[in-house]
Amino acid sequence: MAYGEFVVQRDLNFIVNRGDVFIIMGGSGCGKSTVMRALTGMQRPSAGTVWFEDARLWDLDDSARQRVLRRSGVVFQSGGLWSSMTLAENIELPLREYTDLDPQEMRELARLKLAWVGLAGFEEFYPSEISGGMQRRAGVARALALDPEVLFFDEPSAGLDPISSRRLDELILELKDSLGATIVVVTHELASIFTIGNNAVFLDPVSRTQLATGDPKWLRDHSDDPQVRAFLNRGDAA
Amino acid sequence: MSQVLAYDGGNRVDQARADGVLRFILRGSWTIAQGVVSGESIMVDAVSSDRPQRIYVDGDAVSEWDSALVVFLTDLSERCRTLDLPLDLSGLPDGVQRLVALALAVPERTDAAHEDKVPGFVESIGLQVLAAYRGSGAMLEFIGEVLIALARTVTGRTRFRTSEILTVFQQVGPDALMIVTLISFLVGTILGFVGLVQLEAFGADIYVANLVAIAMIREMGGMMTGIIMAGRTGAAFAAQLGTMQVNEEIAAFRTVGISPVEFLVLPRILALIVAVPLLTIYANVVGMVGGSVVSGALSEVTLPQYFAQTSDAATLTDWAGGLFKATVYGIIIAVAGCMRGMQSSKSAASVGDAATSAVVLSITLIILAEAVLTVVYQVLGI
Repeated sequence: MAYGEFVVQRDLNFIVNRGDVFIIMGGSGCGKSTVMRALTGMQRPSAGTVWFEDARLWDLDDSARQRVLRRSGVVFQSGGLWSSMTLAENIELPLREYTDLDPQEMRELARLKLAWVGLAGFEEFYPSEISGGMQRRAGVARALALDPEVLFFDEPSAGLDPISSRRLDELILELKDSLGATIVVVTHELASIFTIGNNAVFLDPVSRTQLATGDPKWLRDHSDDPQVRAFLNRGDAA
Repeated sequence: MSQVLAYDGGNRVDQARADGVLRFILRGSWTIAQGVVSGESIMVDAVSSDRPQRIYVDGDAVSEWDSALVVFLTDLSERCRTLDLPLDLSGLPDGVQRLVALALAVPERTDAAHEDKVPGFVESIGLQVLAAYRGSGAMLEFIGEVLIALARTVTGRTRFRTSEILTVFQQVGPDALMIVTLISFLVGTILGFVGLVQLEAFGADIYVANLVAIAMIREMGGMMTGIIMAGRTGAAFAAQLGTMQVNEEIAAFRTVGISPVEFLVLPRILALIVAVPLLTIYANVVGMVGGSVVSGALSEVTLPQYFAQTSDAATLTDWAGGLFKATVYGIIIAVAGCMRGMQSSKSAASVGDAATSAVVLSITLIILAEAVLTVVYQVLGI
């Protein structure tokens, strides 16, 4: 992974299993979001590729890659909702693109997705009219529009109060259990990491590579890398 | 033995020596209001003549302190470190010692320092040329993307986004009528005045109608509309798309597989291609009305005569030529505005730059296109 000649991360190799809640963690500026951009098809890695089942994401042509990526949904740090559309229209747009549903059916689906994230009744609101936590949840609803198999979250709890952030964590777990979705979360929030994560990769900004991969709770107590243990124990020597 | 080394308003450093230990005795108020004392003169004086074994700083006589004292002591510590002299700060208030230790805890990152070099004259010309070269490359790339998106829409491989086009059209067309009315009416009256003063001398007052009609239809109507739309709509497009870039809305389009060029840029371009010529027709008519008001008020020519003369003066070719120019301006404004917006990075300053640069670029290109097209028309005899 590189921006121009500036290498952000190299030699990354990790596997996300179906049904995982996989955490991409590491200190600020280590390239977590950049790795995520490669996984979600937004930025081509300077070397290597991303495997999605049997497909090599970055060796496919554009339209084939789009078909693969359609099986995933992304929730952005700030929600990334389209500000010129209401919440319902935000969810309906991907449906309008890829399905032949009539407007009534699309509205029903939008209502359902909003209800899942606790925003029933907010269909006609514009993103700017609701709070940050609600925008984040509306972003989840939009990511769910096409019933994805993989959901990506970019720093879901950034800038949220502890209660909203906890409710978002609960929502993530609920989606994993009920939809059987695989979840990939970029975060450095320890509380979230231990509550929801069952698999993780730790990125280090100094050596610019991954230092460990595995269950975060196990890494906290047993990792042989002192940096990983320090991160997961909030810097206290373990 | 005690000697005053530095005295600056309310604070001073006294020096005392005993058994190879140099004591700096700090007195008075060490605050930012008193200024910052440099460690340099003190150290040079103290060390050059007779090198002590260690330095002890005594802060008992400091009446008040803030960052100014910490800066002085940090400076002193660094100088002692280079001279390999032990420095004892234990005679200072606890808070000061901790703050100095905090400042020295992490060594200065030399590779992190920003290179803030002001390029020389020749170098800055070179940089500008390179920037212009890259900029035109980016522009060609953007135009290519737009053409691909257009081709996909025309061949029916993506949805034709009627509702988006209509929304944008409302913003750029009807909503711009007021300002276009005002400006083109005034331009018409100005042309009328200028023409009347000159033509009256020949007793050719009636030809004011020709002058206003031809000037509005062939040149001014389209150009004034173009400039208004560049300021009004080009800037708005750049700011809208730039803000969407900041909010990750553009990235969100990509992740659901919707091309932002198809969804956001193409409707804007198509809306302006329709709106600018329509507004230009309207501006031409309003401009001619403006000319007729001046002519009617200041000359013998009656309004029916004026309008009869106008309809004789302007041919369909003039109209077509003028509207072709207007279409070109519409494309320029939309492409420049959308391109700058899409190129904007994720900061508030960059959105502002995008809007500014969209307006500058489109006005420059409009005037350039106007000049080129006028010459081409001349050569072709249009």
